[in-house]
Amino acid sequence: MKLYTRTLSDLKEMLVEERVKLDDIYESISYRVKNVEPLVKAYVNQNEEIDLDELDEKDYEDTYLKGLPIAIKDNMSTENLKTTCSSKMLEDYVPPYNATVVNKIKEAGGIITGKTNMDEFAMGSSTENSAFNPTVNPWGKNRVPGGSSGGSAAAVAAGMAPVALGSDTGGSIRQPASFCGVVGLKPTYGAVSRYGLVAFASSLDQIGPLARNVDDIALMMNVIAGNDEKDSTCVDRTYPDFTEYLKNDVEGYKIGIPNQYFEMDIDDEVKESVMNAVKQLEKAGAKVEKVDVTGAEYALAAYYIIATAEASSNLARYDGVRYGLRAEDANNLNDMFTETRQQGFGEEVKRRIMLGTYVLSAGYYDDYYLKAQKVRTLIKNDFDELFEEYDLIVSPTTPTTAFEIGEKRDPLEMYAADIFTVPVNIAGIPAISVPCGFDNKGLPIGIQLMGPHFKEEKLIQAAYSLEKILDLDIDYPDLEMEV
Amino acid sequence: MDNKFETVIGLEVHVQLDTDSKIFCSCSTEFGKEPNTNTCPVCLGLPGTLPVLNKKAVDYLVMTGLALNCDIASYSKFDRKNYFYPDLPKAYQISQYDLPLAKDGYIEVETEEGTHKIGITRIHLEEDAGKLIHEGSIDKSSGSLVDYNRTGVPLAEIVSEPDIRTPAQAREYLNYLKKTLEYLGVSDCNMEEGSLRCDANISLRPRGQEQFGTKVELKNMNSFKAIEKALAYEQKRQRKLIDNTDEIIQETRTWDEDKNKTISMRGKEEANDYRYFPEPDLVPLEINENWAEEIRERLPEMPSVRKNRFIKEYEIPEYDADVLTDSRELADLFEECVTEYNDPKEVSNWIMGEFLRLVNEEKMEVGDTKITGQLLGKMLKMMDEDVISSKIAKTVFEEMFHTGKDPEKIVEEKGLKQISDEDKLETIVENIIEENPDAVEDIKNGKDKAIGYLVGQVMKETKGKANPQMVNQMFRDKISEL
Amino acid sequence: MINEEEVKKIADLASLKLSEEETKTFAKQLSDIVDYVEKLDELDTDDIVPTAYTIPVKNVLRKDEVEESLDIEKVLKNAPEELDNQFRVPKIMDEDN
Repeated sequence: MKLYTRTLSDLKEMLVEERVKLDDIYESISYRVKNVEPLVKAYVNQNEEIDLDELDEKDYEDTYLKGLPIAIKDNMSTENLKTTCSSKMLEDYVPPYNATVVNKIKEAGGIITGKTNMDEFAMGSSTENSAFNPTVNPWGKNRVPGGSSGGSAAAVAAGMAPVALGSDTGGSIRQPASFCGVVGLKPTYGAVSRYGLVAFASSLDQIGPLARNVDDIALMMNVIAGNDEKDSTCVDRTYPDFTEYLKNDVEGYKIGIPNQYFEMDIDDEVKESVMNAVKQLEKAGAKVEKVDVTGAEYALAAYYIIATAEASSNLARYDGVRYGLRAEDANNLNDMFTETRQQGFGEEVKRRIMLGTYVLSAGYYDDYYLKAQKVRTLIKNDFDELFEEYDLIVSPTTPTTAFEIGEKRDPLEMYAADIFTVPVNIAGIPAISVPCGFDNKGLPIGIQLMGPHFKEEKLIQAAYSLEKILDLDIDYPDLEMEV
Repeated sequence: MDNKFETVIGLEVHVQLDTDSKIFCSCSTEFGKEPNTNTCPVCLGLPGTLPVLNKKAVDYLVMTGLALNCDIASYSKFDRKNYFYPDLPKAYQISQYDLPLAKDGYIEVETEEGTHKIGITRIHLEEDAGKLIHEGSIDKSSGSLVDYNRTGVPLAEIVSEPDIRTPAQAREYLNYLKKTLEYLGVSDCNMEEGSLRCDANISLRPRGQEQFGTKVELKNMNSFKAIEKALAYEQKRQRKLIDNTDEIIQETRTWDEDKNKTISMRGKEEANDYRYFPEPDLVPLEINENWAEEIRERLPEMPSVRKNRFIKEYEIPEYDADVLTDSRELADLFEECVTEYNDPKEVSNWIMGEFLRLVNEEKMEVGDTKITGQLLGKMLKMMDEDVISSKIAKTVFEEMFHTGKDPEKIVEEKGLKQISDEDKLETIVENIIEENPDAVEDIKNGKDKAIGYLVGQVMKETKGKANPQMVNQMFRDKISEL
Repeated sequence: MINEEEVKKIADLASLKLSEEETKTFAKQLSDIVDYVEKLDELDTDDIVPTAYTIPVKNVLRKDEVEESLDIEKVLKNAPEELDNQFRVPKIMDEDN
């Protein structure tokens, strides 16, 4: 069996048992990258500094990740390695410091092999908003991989990295995971440090793993979860060993199925597949009940106010003074500012900055921003109450499977792709997307499990169980260029 | 005084809080370093960085609030103030908008008309911006250079109520504020280094009218004197406009120190829409009773309280107490010395006399001198014990002032010890008697004054080291024996 | 409805220079989005406290301790223009000029 098809957990075990050498793993993966990357275009930059000849297994023997490769989204700061956010604004920006997650991976003995493509500044649901090129869904040449962590999802799905980190502000890990047939977890807000994650919307952003199975999600959470004194919004608490929750056991789990979500416009095949998965969980001993929640459309509306408001402020620093793009030949300071931002930002980023500036501007704050923050309270309370009774709330991850590149032109139509993922960020709770089937075009379908604050282990156990019960045995997508 | 119109002034003071590290990162706040050497990813606003609040900045602000009789907010938060300028790396300043840490305080200043109460609207915590240096004048320069060393130095913004009625009161208010902050040790209030900055709002209204007139904002005053002058100028300018029934425009005016007048900044300062919203990267602050109480207990005695205590406890004149409590360091020096040498008035004389003379002469700050209360006390004891004369004491004092050396050591090293040895003095005394027959004759004839002259000769001979009382007695004894 | 005039005002606040084309498109799109988010008016939020933070965390503070700053080379590494260890920007011109 080809090594690039193996999961991180498998590879780790094989290394420990000395059944394989680190070199062989890297060789297999780079072979795969060489073959499929020209088609998939998952990476913005590959880490050229890894010298395979000098890779000494002994250095990693005592580490948790054993020197295994990890891909990360290009919005996490890497010292001496470009961090572009797939934006022209930061095309040549090389940070002088590492994000906390990057340090954690390094300390755990992981090697960052590359920076993955994304929607510019994580704004989008298709990775078409990358200033460089769109990424292609490995399951369908003309399909988007989802977004904004589309590069991470595609890299994992195509066997170019066993695991990858993404960031999730309104579904940016779970939606591409669902589109690409991989597992993706958005942890509780405050579980993983945001230090070094280039901010889109600070009160919603969270880093999480994407992988080919739940085992690897648990493994990566063991590495990245935890307090960070550099991030005031990171919560100081102890986390369990998540791999201990890799148990096929949902006996006694109480699962809520939100009526309001399933009444929405969802592809029949998606709905069917998700309901089938729910039935399987019920068969395995879980209790399933229908529940009422605040409509997801309200969460989406609140999201587009809060996220864009924060973004308009977070992205104001790109002014051409200290780093990044600067427009040339500007006559004066103000021209330099506006020209730089005109040239450096893509259309979607500008649109969101405009919306965010508008909702915060004098006279509108109460009507929009304050109102959205109040709705946020309603949604959060809703979940808090539900989780007093239920262990999980389940929905489709997305209403459809991967759409075609160039298909969605209208911004609102694109925003609707996040309808089921956004409420989770608004409430700050964790959620995981797990593959639950394929549609008739052979495109993956994902199911979303949502849990209470800081109960990632519950999600991991349920997701693991579901993975075992469904036993989808996802093979690798046919990629034309494969040799 | 203007009988028809009343002046209404409010002041906005920014003071840098004297923490070691910046408000949201661990960079040093030291002034005067090479450009951009006190910066890091956080204060440069690099993508992905996050602020973490410095506890001492909070403590200092709460101290300031308590000392200015404010209510301390039990729940407070930070907000972003959004605007573009090259000295603001994130293009927003982390500040406090609707929930400042302290509010509703007041101070009382003594004026010619008696005690005047000035309300403090609010005090909030925020970060300072960087420094922009224009190549040439701002209008003609080809570009500007940005230094971010100052970015992120903690600032307290102290906003007064429009309770100030004269430019002189404004100055009194500032003096009081400065003295208080220095006493607290939370800021050095150095206007030259920019650690205290002040903007003013000023308007006129007919006496008896409650509604405020159109206000003008004044900026760019670099000293308390300049603030007083700018306010006085503006007061006159507005009065003239009223007399001529011209309209007063609500605007920002800048003080031109050279031309001694305020100049309109029309057009240069557009009305800003700062789009404040809660800073999502920082969590709320809750100052509970314990925390506030802990800080209250650590508050030093305030200047006016200390002054009254000095008068009562040490029985020194009010004038002395006033001078001594002018700065916390001076008052500390005094008290430290009194515990060592229990003659408060004598200690006060030395501090107000020799000490302040030297401080002024050398253009030093009280805190920069090497002398301690203990050393001064020791020296005063040595005088009492006739180890040194009062003349020598001045020499010893000056040495201690500069070096902080022990007075005993100075006396020993420089051979300044008073000669109280009769054998040693006897020869000198006899020589002087021999050399001055006229004076001796005068003394014999009852002209006692001449003894002083003879003693002076001995002091000259011994370079001031002879014990004058002893020499005096010796002359009396010897001459009566002649 | 957000008209083109408003779009220009917002662009100014956001330091964005928009083409005529963009101004037109954004007026339409922003109006649509604002219409959509006005859905929130259907919810009664009169007595609801706004949520700015979803986690129950407060008073996260650090000690007042100085750590080493960044090397000046690294500070300036990404600078588009520098002079004498400072970031250089074009002249700040009066709006009147």
